[in-house]
Order: sequence, then C-alpha cells, then structure tokens
Amino acid sequence: MTIEELEQLAISVRRDNAKFDYQVNVCMDLACASQGAGAIKEALDQAVAASGKNVLVRRTGCMGPCSHGPLVRVDPEKTLYRKLKSEHAEKIVGALGSKPVSELQCDLSEHFEGQVRVVLENAGYIDPSKIEDYIGRDGYKALLSMLTEMTPNGVIHRITESGLRGRGGGGYPTGLKWGTVAKAAGDTKFVVCNGDEGDPGAFMDRSVMEGDPHRVIEGMAIAGYAIGASKGYIYVRAEYPLAVSRLTAALRDARRVGLLGMNICNTTFNFDVEIRLGAGAFVCGEETALLASIEGRRGNPRTRPPYPASSGLWGKPTLINNVETYANIAPIIRNGGKWFHNMGSERSKGTKVFALTGKIANTGLVEVPMGISLKDIIEKIGGGVPGGHKLKAVQTGGPSGGCIPANMLDVGVSYDALLKMGSIMGSGGMIVMDDTSCMVNVARFFMEFCMTESCGKCVPCRAGTAQMHTLLTRIAEGHGSMEDLELLEDLCATVKEASLCGLGQTAPNPVLSTLKYFRAEYEEHIVHKRCPAGICKVSHVEEVTA
Amino acid sequence: MASFIPPALPSDDKRWKIVHATMRKNGFARHALIETLHTVQSSFGYLDEDAIRFVARSLRVPLSQAYGVVTFYHYFNLKPPGRHTVTVCAGTTCFIKGADKLIATAQKRLGIETGHTTPDGEVSLMVARCVGACSRAPVTLMDGEVQGEMTSEQMLAQLERWTVE
Repeated sequence: MTIEELEQLAISVRRDNAKFDYQVNVCMDLACASQGAGAIKEALDQAVAASGKNVLVRRTGCMGPCSHGPLVRVDPEKTLYRKLKSEHAEKIVGALGSKPVSELQCDLSEHFEGQVRVVLENAGYIDPSKIEDYIGRDGYKALLSMLTEMTPNGVIHRITESGLRGRGGGGYPTGLKWGTVAKAAGDTKFVVCNGDEGDPGAFMDRSVMEGDPHRVIEGMAIAGYAIGASKGYIYVRAEYPLAVSRLTAALRDARRVGLLGMNICNTTFNFDVEIRLGAGAFVCGEETALLASIEGRRGNPRTRPPYPASSGLWGKPTLINNVETYANIAPIIRNGGKWFHNMGSERSKGTKVFALTGKIANTGLVEVPMGISLKDIIEKIGGGVPGGHKLKAVQTGGPSGGCIPANMLDVGVSYDALLKMGSIMGSGGMIVMDDTSCMVNVARFFMEFCMTESCGKCVPCRAGTAQMHTLLTRIAEGHGSMEDLELLEDLCATVKEASLCGLGQTAPNPVLSTLKYFRAEYEEHIVHKRCPAGICKVSHVEEVTA
Repeated sequence: MASFIPPALPSDDKRWKIVHATMRKNGFARHALIETLHTVQSSFGYLDEDAIRFVARSLRVPLSQAYGVVTFYHYFNLKPPGRHTVTVCAGTTCFIKGADKLIATAQKRLGIETGHTTPDGEVSLMVARCVGACSRAPVTLMDGEVQGEMTSEQMLAQLERWTVE
C-alpha cells in the first residue's frame, strides 16, 4: 500500500461514516462487557433496524469511566449514557434527533476535562476489529509517511527530541535506547513489545491492545525501521485472551493490506510481528526474563551487561519497550517531537495513562499530562472517595512501588517526584485506599506476591522476601516486637541492594514506604495489639515470656 | 539434524493433531516449547506426564527442561480441572475490595483449598493474579466469564446453581 492509497482509503472511510446521521458507540471493553454490553449492542442494532433511522452502531474499546458502565456515547452530540440495560435501547434510538434521555445521561465533564488523550485518542471511537476504522483516524499515516520521507536516524532524532521515556516503569529515555540498538553491531535485530503487564491492579496495556491493537503494531514497525529490524515479537499475558485474539486479527489485516510483510509501501523495508504468550510469571516483565520466555525457557533473569540492546533475543541486539511506549510513537511521528515535548513537566514529557481503581468514585482509565497533581487526579478526575470515607493513601507502581500518604498528594506526577516519595511511576496502576485499608496488611499482600513470584535464582530475593513476609505476618497477627521492625528495615536494605533484577531490588518498596509514612500503624499492631482499620485478625492473647 | 522424524502421536485422539500442528508451524524449534504447552493445555485442559514427555521428545528438549518450564509458570496445570471452575481474582484492587473474604467463603463452601478440585470432580477453586478488570473489583471468573463487583452471596448462589445442575 502506498501513501496515496492509504490517504484514499482514509477519505473513503470518513465519507462512509459521514453518511450516517448518528453514530452510537457501545463500549465493549472487559468491564462493560461483563455487565452485558454485548446484549445492549444487539438490542441497539435491532432498535435501529426497526426505527428506520440512519444510524451506525459501533462497538468500541474502553471509553474510560468503567464504574459508570455499560457506557454508550451518541455522536455527533457526544451524549454519554451510563449503566445501560438492553431494554433502554429503544428509548435511546427513539431519542435520536430530539432531546436525549435525561434519566440515563451522565455528566462526566469534570472527569474528561482534566485529561489529554494521546495514547487513548481512538478509545471509544473505533471498532478495534476493523483496520479501516484505525486508518480513518490517521492510522498508519505515520508509518508510511516516515518510510517515504525520513531516514532511520531522523526517526530516532524525532523520538529523542520528544523526550519520551519508557512507560513500563523505569522511565529510560526511549530515543537513547533506540539509538543504542540502532548503533549495535549485527545484521539481525529484533523489536520486542512487552505486553506482560504483570502489575496486579493495572490494565492500561490490556485496554490498548484490545481497544486499539494497530497502534501498537504501527509503533513497533516504526521502531523496526529506526533500528534496522525486520522482525518483532509481542509478548502478551495468557490471562488476556481477548488481547491475543484482537492482536492476531489485527496482524492478519495489516498483512492483508500490505502494511506488514515484504517491501512495505514499495520500499526495501520488510517487517512482520509474531505473538508470544506469557504463562503467568510476574518476573517475565523484567526484560532478560522476558527474552528467556520468548526463547521457550523458564523466565529467569540474568545479569546485565550485556544489555539486550547489544545481546538480546538469541544473542542479537534487541529493542524492548512496553505497550504504552509503542502506542505513543505514531502520534509523535505524525505531530513532531516538539508537540510531545510541550506536554508534561520538566523532565517527564507527554501524557501517562493510569488505571484508577480502588476506593474512588470514577474507576477506570484516565490519561493525564505529566505534572498534574495526584490530588487533581483523585478529586477532580476520579471524583473523590465515595461513601463518606477518608482518603488514606494512593498506591502507585504495584509490587515495585509504594504508598503515598494523603497529605502528600499536592505533588505533580512525574518519574522523579514519585521516586523521591519512595514510590515509582511503574506501569500506571493507581490504587486509592481509604480508612478501611490497613497498611500493614497491604505491605504483607505485596510481599506475599513478591515471595510467590520470585524466580528463585538469587538468594536475597528468594529468601529475603520469604523472611520479610514472615515478619509482616507476625506483626499483622499481633505477635511482632519492636525489634522485628528493625530487622524488617535491615532486610529491606539487603534485598534492595543485593538482588539480581528489578523484582528483588524493588520488592521492599511497599514495606519501606508504609514504614516511612504509616509507622504508627505498625506500632499499633505491635504495642497495642490492635489493627486501626479493623482488617487484621490481631491475636489478643499476650505471649507468655519466660 | 535434517533427518529428524518427530515421534508418533500418543493416540488417535484428534486433539494431538492440533498440538502437532502448532509444533509443525514452528518448525519443531525448541523455542516453541511454551507455545506448544499452551496448545496442549487449551486442548486437553491440563498437562499430564504423557503430554509433557511427548512434547519434550518432539521438540528435542530435555525432559527436565520441559518439566522445569511447566512448573515455573503458574498458568500451566498438572491436574485436570473440575467440571466447573471458579477463579477469584486476587490482584491488588480486588484485595483492597475484599477478595480474601470471597476466597474464604468459597473455601468453606467447597471444603477445599485454593488450587484444588472437589473430590467429586465438580468444582475447581483457583486464584488469579489479576485479570485486568480492576475497575469492577472484586472480580471472579465463573467458568471463564468475568463477573465484577462480586459479593459472597452472589458467588454462593452461582455455586449452588452448579450443584443443582
């Protein structure tokens, strides 16, 4: 497919869409689908057919505010309906052309106002199973215009200029990484997309892969051109079957129209992508473990250097980025590095997608410019803590991150600010906790997770996490002593310093951050044998001391 | 190496042909081990010793390595699942919203620990790390179907329906 053919196709898709008087978009992401969005779409289809109106009913990816689901948005008016049932379909279709059904409508203007959508720009607007829908919204324009107009170095320069940093958690500058792999010696190179999303409580990568799969593929193809690779792998969790089937279909469609394969856009550039399934191992989010898993082995990490940039998949130079990073690439190529650079804070550019969950009114996916304060995310976009409860902490970064207390939420979100507060950006899970959550119990939960997920290769992680879990259990059950706290801190330092990979190095973070900000809760469990949140079953029987 | 002939299928069960197709698609390469095991599990529901031996021999992977991979990844099951499976998500958000209570309720009702199947082979109780439906926590999967904002009562009612069947 040439750039002219692509543009022709985009114009005809837009013309076809414009033929309809109304577009009824039905969110069919996991959260809405689990509440009967499929039946709602069928009912809408039937109601439209019966009404004789000129309406397009489209299934889309995640619209964002999942707690209001199942959601339906009617365009061009942008009327949003919430908590729908199949029996509402006739009413909604009947109201097209006159006043919207006010009792089903929801006003989430404050929720959407604070957001800037780059990664999620198509979410809620395209049918993920149709490549035409993606092309109609400027999809693959970046890839083809790049192939005809830009050199690989030019692409890397633009990504560097944008200031994009890895969205998988570490925040390594993407342009720098691409440049390193491009310069690495060797004819065969690989592009790998990390779609393992092991952080429990985060689901933005799932949503992007399911709701806009072509965006990831386009980003990978651009990366392939920039670094000189003709083969890519997407590593997806087996727990995301829909993401796997959507990506499989998207790859097939892209090959069919000639956007993947040999001599793309009549150039010498060849590129194709293969899907690899994960099998439920958190450690496979670590890049060297992920590569081992793609090679069909146990997901054991290895020491670095050599970094995958010089010796990765089957010993070849390999570029590894996560889903959200690749999802940012096409818009950067299309709109320029400066456009991206102008968004965000001083050292963290662009936007970040967060999975806002827990004790908050508007749970779901939000995309905000970097630098926005946590308070704004929680109170304005998230709608605050419901049920008259008091906000206690926000957990970011999953098992590698920390808990940020309510009194520190004025800080703007950036890689460096979160790190300074003892947490990390992570992949973007943001879990809001209120006064019914016990921080000792939360720390124990994460430690149990890390203990189970430790691959067992290095001793500090394997033994350290188990020991820390024992100590935390002892404290939570009311058998702990003040010496245990010291021992715990000591162990945290050892595991952090001496572990081989990121899993162990960051495993103490949830403990360290809760010890720093919520020490009183630990002491309450130890000294007064009581759990302030009423979660832990603290034993009241005093231990008999000899 | 070009003369390598993969071993015969363990039986004339048609599902082995699907497994064979996966391996052939990957040129019987060693790196197709995990892919092949996925196919076995999706076809048979679990991985038994015969299956692991067959896959290892077909891909020329040491049996120890194949067994190592099977036991390393949580997704692979060595035991046959029950007729029904209830999976409780124990991701962070589900945990905050009371997944531990759901697990305790299910354990008590079924009389088994997580990861096990009732002696009559009816119901398996599993725990998932995170199914990515965090916005509707706590989440359970009833025979693979995601159900959000689950309560103990709803879960018990579903288990009851399964026993009545």
